[in-house]
Parts: sequence; structure tokens; C-alpha cells
Amino acid sequence: MHQTFTITEIRTENYRTKTLIFDKPLPGAQPGQYVMAWLPDVGEKPFSIAGGDPLALMVVAVGPFSEALHRLRVGDRVWVRGPLGQGFALHGQHHLLVGGGYGVAPLLFLARTSLAAGHTVDVCIGARTAGDVLLAEAFEKEAVSDQRSAVSHSVVVRVTTDDGSMGEKGLVTQAVETTIAAHRPDCVYACGPVPMLTALARLCQRHGLPHQFSWEAHLRCGLGICGSCELDATTRQAANIPAGWLVCKDGPVRIMNHDS
Amino acid sequence: MIPDLTCDFLNLRLHNPIILASGILGTSVDVLERVARAGAGAVTAKSCGPTPRAGHPNPVAVDWDHGLLNAIGLSNPGAEEEARMLAEARTQLKPLGVPLIASIFGGTVAEFGDVARIIAAARPHLIEVNISCPNVADEFGTPFAATCESAAAVTEAVKKNVGDIPVSVKLAPNVPNIGRIAAAVVEAGADAITAINTMPGMLIDAEAGRPALSNRTGGVSGPALKPVALRCVYEIARAVRVPIIGTGGVTTGRDAAEMLMAGATAVGVGSAVWMRGVEALGDIAAELAAFMAQEGYATPAAMRGLAL
Repeated sequence: MHQTFTITEIRTENYRTKTLIFDKPLPGAQPGQYVMAWLPDVGEKPFSIAGGDPLALMVVAVGPFSEALHRLRVGDRVWVRGPLGQGFALHGQHHLLVGGGYGVAPLLFLARTSLAAGHTVDVCIGARTAGDVLLAEAFEKEAVSDQRSAVSHSVVVRVTTDDGSMGEKGLVTQAVETTIAAHRPDCVYACGPVPMLTALARLCQRHGLPHQFSWEAHLRCGLGICGSCELDATTRQAANIPAGWLVCKDGPVRIMNHDS
Repeated sequence: MIPDLTCDFLNLRLHNPIILASGILGTSVDVLERVARAGAGAVTAKSCGPTPRAGHPNPVAVDWDHGLLNAIGLSNPGAEEEARMLAEARTQLKPLGVPLIASIFGGTVAEFGDVARIIAAARPHLIEVNISCPNVADEFGTPFAATCESAAAVTEAVKKNVGDIPVSVKLAPNVPNIGRIAAAVVEAGADAITAINTMPGMLIDAEAGRPALSNRTGGVSGPALKPVALRCVYEIARAVRVPIIGTGGVTTGRDAAEMLMAGATAVGVGSAVWMRGVEALGDIAAELAAFMAQEGYATPAAMRGLAL
């Protein structure tokens, strides 16, 4: 059944993205897991967990449901099922986080969890234009607040945009190559569009790097029973994902810690 | 004594009596193969009808204290596309020795016949006739499983269109006398019976003051359904002689044993996949073997109908 959460704060992230912050934690929530958010009489859609304590969800206005979420005010309620699915599982001590577009959503939660464990984090963010870049400052602020905690970690954030309006012009994979050359990570964690993930899978295979990617599909039941969320064969083969893998329950994160 | 789980069901020989129930996964060749490799004795595809259906909008399923409530809404690609999938699935499953069961539905008796003919061309080992989906009443009216006459009419229409492929009719629990429905479909030519479909139910979100599912009502499955299913299988086993796929709330090997004791020849497993993952089928079969060893049953057939 759904639990109700009340909005306590709404942050505007960019021209079409807001983060809703709720009144209480979602027990057991891990970075990379997701919830089904329900507005009675409107609909129910999956959202990756942007923060677990308190629960936070990042919402890009892309259709009627997300637009309805954008119209909510502080004090309004959202109904939530979850946490659902398999999230990221920290592997090693130095982590490279890669977000494409809206795929950045679950990564700040992962960065905070990693830093809290005393690990180090680098971040690569890819977007179409400067206006689409999400959370770049938030990641940089994590580094600052972390320095204050008297433990010395650095968070190196590299941004690429298709048009060069922010950071380096080009694809996020370029920034990933640069980052790996500067400081080889123990594991690469990524979320973003399928072409980015398949390119990144090849890159990680080439470098022999363990990786954990979060995949997107048409999620319906969220319980591993309706069979709506299989990835297509081309994507599966490119990323070395077995046939019959269910994004909603086996994923959304596919863990490839022992690269083959 | 090492028990032998082999299960003879009609003309089929199953490695074990645990069958993936229709409506859970069963949407693609890959998923059917995965479930077969996880140890199922047979696998049932999700029901298909004459034309493609997207199903209901979300929420389509919620978990609650004692199981699931779902109203997926018979999402399917239509009979023609389904037949292509089934033909490929049959080929993929052959080396595993896992029989393939198709599942069909229709809005009218004639549609059942048409879908049966298209699906029979893919040569599944058994065709299950879903006359009992509780979640499409708005479009299709009262399920055909509600009366002896309509259940028998569908059974006859399907049998006429499938040649030598055996047919199992899937019954609904919410009828006054399920034994009479069973007798009517057997009289009309059913080779087997699958019992039961989910039980119509409803959950309401108290804070929202709204039904928890977009379809408002749904089908109850999981542990809450087990006593209902056992009673239905028991009554069917007393009314007819055909083999029964006992389905409803089976989550452990011990539950499977109970279903056999109620009179089932094979056991359907669905919502346990939500609770225990795809491995549930093989795990339940292994637990059944352990139970048989402990209690001294040599075969599943040795337990069949003990509680009648």
C-alpha cells in the first residue's frame, strides 16, 4: 500500500525541474532505488529516490503527471510505494558518478552516502545545454561541506554540454575518460539515457572497470510480476545484461562488479 | 527415500508439478525461458485476446499485509503477435523439457474460438481458457465463468478450434457452486481445469479516500487467497475426474503439498514470484521434495486427493 508524505520544501533545480522534499524519511531507502509516486485520480509513476532522509524526489516536467507534481505546494501530500528495486551497492573506496540529463537525479544521494562512508567521489555530468545541467553546484557544495567536517575528500565535478554552453563541449564519455586518467575509480556508477549507458558500458569494459548502471524502462507494477519492463535485445547485448532481466525488480541498477 | 517429483499431467510429463501461473511474467520468450530455467515444471504465458491491449493505467498493483491486489487489465499484444512469441518460446523451451501453456481470453464466445484457432497454430502443449479475469468487467461484462451455460459455451467454441491440443478452463472462485461449473465445462469437452483465478477485491487508501487501484477493484492473490483456492480445488476434485492445476496463494512447498492433497495434479504459482523472486518456482519444487522425503511420499500423485 502507499504511504503519505507531506511536502515541506520545494527546490527549483532548472527551468523544468523541481525537487520535492518531504516531511519524513523513507525507511530502508538506498541510492539507486525508486518509488512509485501516486496522486489519486491523476496517476502513478516511478521516480528515483533523490534523498532518503528525509525523502526527496526530483521531478522533471515532461507530461501530465509530472506537471501535476509541479503544481503541488508546501503542505500538499504525495502517496508513495517503496523503496522498490535494486539500488547501487558501494564497491571500493573511490567512486566515479556519471549522470546524463535527468539521470543525475539519484546520484547526489549516492555521493552523500559515499562521502559519509569516508570514500572519495568524482562526478561527470552531461547535458544538452547549460540550462539542462542539474545539481552541478550541489555536488560542488558537498565537497565544501565535507572539507568542513575536517576529513579531506575532494569532489571533482566535470560538466559537458552538447553545445559547449557550460563546461566542455561534447559527450559525457569524454569527461569520463579524462577523469579516469586523472584518478582511476574503483567503480563507475551511472544513470542516464540508454545510448549514454551503452557507450559507457563499452568504455568500462575497455578499461576493465567495475560498473553499476541504472536503466530506464516502462515500469508498471514495480513488483516483478507484470513483465512490462524488459530491456530490448540490442541494449541488453551492448551492456551484457541477461535475457529476462526485469528492470523493476532485478534493477533498475545492474551491478557489474566483476567486469567480464 | 529420494522422492520423484515427476508429474504426469494429461499427455505431458513435467519435471515437477510446479507451474508458472498465467498473468505473472509470461510476457516474452526470454522471461518464460528464465522461469523455466529457474525450475518450473511448466510455464503459462500471459493471457492474450483478439487485439492488442495496453491494460489499465497505474496503479495496477499494490502489495498489502497478506498478498497483492492487481488489475493489470489483460495487457497483451493480440493473438497474432502472441502466436509468434509462443512458437518461438516453444522452440526455446524444448531443450529444457519444460512444456508451454498458452492462455487466451475473448469478449464473446466467437472471439474465444477465433483466438483459440490462432494460438493453436503455435502448437502450445496446453491451452488455458481464461473465462475468469475479474478486472475487465466494464468492457466485457460478467465473466463467462459465472454460469454453467456461458462457461460451457466458451469451452465448446475453443475445443472446436484447437484440434488435438488439450484445453484447461480457468475458473473463478466467486460462484455459488464451483463444482457445477467444473462439471459443465468438462461435459463441454474441457480436458483439465485450472482453479482458481484471483478473487475480486478492493483496497481503499484511507488518506486519499480513493480505491488503491486505478481500476477501483482488482484481484486478490498471494497468501490471503490460499484457503479460498484449497476449498475450490477440493470441490472441483469431488465433482469431476479431470486433472486440476491448483492455483492460488501457494508460496511454499508445503502449500503445494496442501494443494495436491485438495485434489490437484499440478500446482500453479504466481504471486510467490513477488515475494520470493523468479527462483520461487524451483525453490517451491525443492521444498516440496523435502516435505515428501520427510513424510514418506514417493511421488506427487501419492498425495493427490488425500484430504478429499
